[in-house]
Amino acid sequence: MTAPAKTATSFGPHVLRLPDPDATIAEIAEGMRRAARGFRRRGGVVGLSGGVDSSVVAALAARAFGPDNVLGVMMPEADSSEDTLALSRLAAEAAGITTVLENITPILDGAGAYRRRDEAIRRVVPRYGPGWKVKLVLPSVIESESYRIFSLVARSPDGEEVKARLPLEAYLQVVAATNFKQRTRKMVEYYHADRLNYVVLGTPNRLEYDQGFFVKNGDGAADVKPIAHLYKSQVYQLAEVLGVPEEIRSRPPTTDTYSLPQSQEEFYFSLPYDRMDLCLYAVDHEVPAAEVAAALSLTEEQVERVFADIASKRRVSRYLHAAPLLVAET
Amino acid sequence: MKPDSGSIERELRQFLDDNFILDGGAERLDREESLTQAGVLDSMGVLELIMFIEERFGVQVPDEDTLPENLDSVARVVAYVERRLAEAAAA
Repeated sequence: MTAPAKTATSFGPHVLRLPDPDATIAEIAEGMRRAARGFRRRGGVVGLSGGVDSSVVAALAARAFGPDNVLGVMMPEADSSEDTLALSRLAAEAAGITTVLENITPILDGAGAYRRRDEAIRRVVPRYGPGWKVKLVLPSVIESESYRIFSLVARSPDGEEVKARLPLEAYLQVVAATNFKQRTRKMVEYYHADRLNYVVLGTPNRLEYDQGFFVKNGDGAADVKPIAHLYKSQVYQLAEVLGVPEEIRSRPPTTDTYSLPQSQEEFYFSLPYDRMDLCLYAVDHEVPAAEVAAALSLTEEQVERVFADIASKRRVSRYLHAAPLLVAET
Repeated sequence: MKPDSGSIERELRQFLDDNFILDGGAERLDREESLTQAGVLDSMGVLELIMFIEERFGVQVPDEDTLPENLDSVARVVAYVERRLAEAAAA
């Protein structure tokens, strides 16, 4: 492995800095209004997760439609982290919007989401049962060349931790069952949007949108995606200008999908968001790996692996982005 | 009877054809061609390939072996399976 390059570079976090965040906010708000007008809808619904993305979208929606025409929907379920609700409320208060609380656990129970997931987990960890917590994790792109194959981490009520590679069928079933969560949330958001004649606002940032970090017809569904063109670093920049509370801005991004706390790097991305943003920018602007390596204190080989991971995720996300095809288009 | 490299390769190409390529194209894959670069394998495909190796040839693929140097071309998979079979026979 070669040592991190140390050459001077013009590439770094500054390339992502929005020169005029107020102008960006005004442009986005105008775009949201245009979209709603085009759909003949008069406001917006946003699912609040307590994270920075949905908080920024809520604040942008308040600017676009007026706070009285925005509904924040809080949709915790049995595996949600304890601070999700409190942070969602903080975001709504800061944006001045109304909220509604929809506990989706009974819907997920009815759909068999937990039962189906647990049945697949027990094929790998037979002792798994009530009181256990789980998450899926990927090997680090930075630390090894290993293929990115998911392992299941399960923790027993007395703290014993088991890690096991998931065979294909178990992996697919765990993911398929868990996807009920994002799809149920979207169903509830559309209920309120239809009831109020609002648009549904999607909350993916550019990293998530580009790399397919969403569930098709779940959190990937929306009428407008106001921040899908912004790198996560830029979302944080807007969050500050929009007055998103510090507690939300300082919380590390999580998936809040599995019962054990899970970072987005463990589950999907190769690097923390700020470095991932720069790698994505570098791929899109043909910045050489050596220059990126110098800026991020990584080796060229590590950066090349991140680039390859970005390309691989783009291939996979084609399916996630695709609208239903007509036979003539296949 | 332990399969030879020729039969491992034939079965592997058939598996790739049946699961990923579907039009007989696996016959045209160069032995050294990267299965990832050729768009044949993604991360889910790697899981399927591991399952195929474990079930068809009866060898375990431990986590530390899930590397491109073992699995990213027809030639590498054949060599890997042969090595694991030899290790199992010697054990």
